[in-house]
Amino acid sequence: MSIQTDPHQGDIHHARLDDYSGVVPSPVRPTTGRPAQLLGLGALALAVVGWQIFDLHLGAALAGAFVLYLVAVYLVYRSLGGPRVAVDQLMRALVYFAFVCAVLPLISLLWTVLAEGAAKIVSPAFLTQTMNGVTGLHDQAYVEGTGPFIGGAYHAIIGTLIVTGLATLISVPIGMFTAIYLVEYGNKGRLARWIRFFVDVMTGIPSIVAGLFAFALFSQIFGIRDAKMGLAGAVALAVLMIPTVVRNSEEMLRIVPNELREAALALGVPKWRTVVKVVLPTAASGLASGITLAIARVIGETAPLLVAIGYARGLNWNAFENAMTTLAVYAYSMFTKPLSPAVREPSLERAWAAALMLVLIVVALNLLARLIAKMFAPKTGR
Amino acid sequence: MSKRIDVKDLDIFYGNFQAVKGVSMSIEPRSVTAFIGPSGCGKSTFLRTLNRMHEVIPGARVEGEVLIDGQNLYGKDVDPVDVRRQVGMVFQRPNPFPTMSIKENVLAGVRLNSKRLSSKAGDELAEKALRGANLWNEVKDRLDKPGSGLSGGQQQRLCIARAIAIQPEVILMDEPCSALDPISTLAIEDLINDLKTDYTVVIVTHNMQQAARVSDKTGFFNLEATGKPGELVEYDTTQTIFNNPAKKATEDYISGRFG
Repeated sequence: MSIQTDPHQGDIHHARLDDYSGVVPSPVRPTTGRPAQLLGLGALALAVVGWQIFDLHLGAALAGAFVLYLVAVYLVYRSLGGPRVAVDQLMRALVYFAFVCAVLPLISLLWTVLAEGAAKIVSPAFLTQTMNGVTGLHDQAYVEGTGPFIGGAYHAIIGTLIVTGLATLISVPIGMFTAIYLVEYGNKGRLARWIRFFVDVMTGIPSIVAGLFAFALFSQIFGIRDAKMGLAGAVALAVLMIPTVVRNSEEMLRIVPNELREAALALGVPKWRTVVKVVLPTAASGLASGITLAIARVIGETAPLLVAIGYARGLNWNAFENAMTTLAVYAYSMFTKPLSPAVREPSLERAWAAALMLVLIVVALNLLARLIAKMFAPKTGR
Repeated sequence: MSKRIDVKDLDIFYGNFQAVKGVSMSIEPRSVTAFIGPSGCGKSTFLRTLNRMHEVIPGARVEGEVLIDGQNLYGKDVDPVDVRRQVGMVFQRPNPFPTMSIKENVLAGVRLNSKRLSSKAGDELAEKALRGANLWNEVKDRLDKPGSGLSGGQQQRLCIARAIAIQPEVILMDEPCSALDPISTLAIEDLINDLKTDYTVVIVTHNMQQAARVSDKTGFFNLEATGKPGELVEYDTTQTIFNNPAKKATEDYISGRFG
């Protein structure tokens, strides 16, 4: 008997598959999502049965069914494909559950606003009339069926557009230039670090403080009697918008590859022109969606506007004089101070319709941002 | 259109760290000069000082002189932007502007400097530059398509077309083929040979065969140890460097017996 030495031993170039003959292939077979779907349907059916027939609370029935589903999925997949597949499916179920928990309030909110507001938002009175001269008596007459529905949010829609538009005009240039300074010029310098710190602090300013600040500022300039005007509200909103615009724009400018800047500089393009003609267009889509997010964040503000602008029953196109109304303030005031305390319904319906209008404006803004993003998006394809 | 470059006692720093020490050399007009050497020895850094792209990095500075036809690039009243218009650069990774079409990319150097350009003159310049970069036949039917839709090798030639469209005196290339396949590399090398008739070309490469194929003169950079500044060890005709180097370190490096 002779001991044969392996000529290939220790030589990595000659390692062959059968050198791993000791390794047993895993018995786990790939499994589809089909059993999970069937189990899910079963659990759902169980929940319905528990709810309808055994008279359980709907939430309790769903929670019970979900726990049963988790156990069943784990056991079924364990027998089909082993523990790794079972844990995978268990985690999937938990992730889906978390997702549902996250969107359920959103869907419920949208549904409520739509259901409550849809009736009045389509009525011409709501879209074309202000609250000028509308009193509780009109509302009582409407509820009793002896008069038409009058009094709408035309002035509030215009007010929202004017005030948010002005706030955007103020905050976008300031925010964008700050972001450009931070990314292109300040870098890690001391000034840039301080600006970043203060922008972060600004992000946390309570909105009512911004409103009081704007009111105090305008009282200093115009006197306390004439301080309430649309511009004051726009300044309050701008204080809230600027940090969002700065932070979003900074992120977007930072992800523009440095190679593009170097390419432009190496062509003998001055730095400011590189920023304007190369960096900004490349980041344009992200900048647009960042600005939209900032607008959406402030368009629903109520408290600072109540302080800085006040409340007007009629239409006011002039942002430099007298009170104005925005949709959020309108909804708030219709809800807290109905025209006729005895019959609240018409006022509540107005509040819901104003809320729906606000949601629609935000949705429209988002769509607009997507459109702009698509127009500026870096081109691909051949 | 091409000019000679004289470098005298150039020291390059990143903040307090000295990256390159005491480089002196002369680069002839209408020639190809290659820099070889191990990673981190300062050859790219040195290349970037030849068109003042080095100072784009915060804290970077230079001591010494770089003369282009006798004029010091680092003189007091020299604008770095003017320097970069005379000395073009091609980078390691192809970097066409993603928001621009092929034609706009070629004309970017002119348009971004807001020079007025009639559309006819623009077409002519684009064609000339693309022909100069050996890319015209491949893209002439899709000049308005985005530049990022081209293959890597085509994108790199597009970047070369973009660099020569502003009619520089010197073209610097920082490892222009390191992200490309052998066929695209060959196309670029042929192009470098053609460019030599009009321009002074300086190229940094990790590929020694490439240096031997394309260059007239070769400079070998090395550093004594990590943390020490890089130096120009030997600078001579490519023939001499590869066949009969004067220094032991050069011979060790080109024959693969390094370290």
